[in-house]
Amino acid sequence: MKREMHWRRLAQLFRETFLISAFTFGGGFVIVPLMRKKFVENLHWLDDEEMMDIAAIAQSSPGAIVVNASILLGYRVAGVAGGLVAVLGSVLPPLIILSVISLFYAAFRNNRYVSLVMRGMQAGVAAVVCDVVLTMGQALLKTRRALYIVMMALGFGAAVFFDVNAVAVILACGLVGAWDAVRRHRGRKAGGWV
Amino acid sequence: MIQLLELFWSFFQVGLFSVGGGYASMPLIQHQVVELHPWLTMGEFADIITISQMTPGPIAINSATFVGIRIAGLPGALAATAGCVLPSCIIVLTLAWVYSRWRNLNIMQGILQGLRPAVVAMIASAGLSLAALALFGSQTLGTVRWADFDWAAAVLFAAALAALRKWKQDPIAVMSGTGAVGLAVYLLLGQ
Repeated sequence: MKREMHWRRLAQLFRETFLISAFTFGGGFVIVPLMRKKFVENLHWLDDEEMMDIAAIAQSSPGAIVVNASILLGYRVAGVAGGLVAVLGSVLPPLIILSVISLFYAAFRNNRYVSLVMRGMQAGVAAVVCDVVLTMGQALLKTRRALYIVMMALGFGAAVFFDVNAVAVILACGLVGAWDAVRRHRGRKAGGWV
Repeated sequence: MIQLLELFWSFFQVGLFSVGGGYASMPLIQHQVVELHPWLTMGEFADIITISQMTPGPIAINSATFVGIRIAGLPGALAATAGCVLPSCIIVLTLAWVYSRWRNLNIMQGILQGLRPAVVAMIASAGLSLAALALFGSQTLGTVRWADFDWAAAVLFAAALAALRKWKQDPIAVMSGTGAVGLAVYLLLGQ
């Protein structure tokens, strides 16, 4: 009886993560409110606080937020098997869609009209990324922390003018960030303000 | 087999180092599939980013599938996607365990805050490559020449940026718009 419940729960977990992943465009943090609605409000599998924890950890880890949140949610609801089922559910929709697209890509891309549309869209994509950079950059400037601003400028210069690998820049900034975090953490504990 | 391992390892690195969500994976993917391995041209990479915006799913998974299929068929797609997801599985579960014991992610979030500048800088550099492609049709920043400047694309770019920033339009709508207007303009220009 209990075993059957477990299977049913896994099946439902798969279906829900699949559907959420299949209908979330652009990805990213949009996934959290959708998951909250389904798993907290509709299914009552977890409470609000647990969902907030999942969101915090999913954001703090490398990789796609959708995938991270699914793993945590699945694990919380049905253990390791749940985690695996949830990953499968959230990865399958893009896997299927992009497989189908890649089948037709070569034929479509050589079409004159499609290639003109894609050329116009490239200008649009460049603008979308530029918009993201401006928004994130402004948020960073607003922190008014000289360290962050210098790191951003150095990172950009290193990547554009010296062809430094992205991983190297991220690791270097991660180390500086860790040092800074530890330093500030200690400062707070000692009653100081840094 | 070697190709499958290469795909797995490349996207493992993408999964491991893309912190900060969303666009953060873009520069890493570009490095792996355009610069390090001859898997995609810059133009094809830009197409993937475009397609990723129009379809559900994270950019990293979309790219892993697309590149994997092109290099080694369905096994390639599975190897690349598995590589992309594996670091998440390990790290997320470890962090969840740490968190359940101490309920404190302060240091981790401090590190992430420190990574923000790097993430913005990396996305900016990838954005520059995309702009060079859109406005000059050049595959790398080094080959940008003023003679190749595409006025129509520059106007589309400026209009799209204004629509996004001033009128807060939806990115999918904006890109569909530049696609449709681009088609009309380039046909009128006789291209």
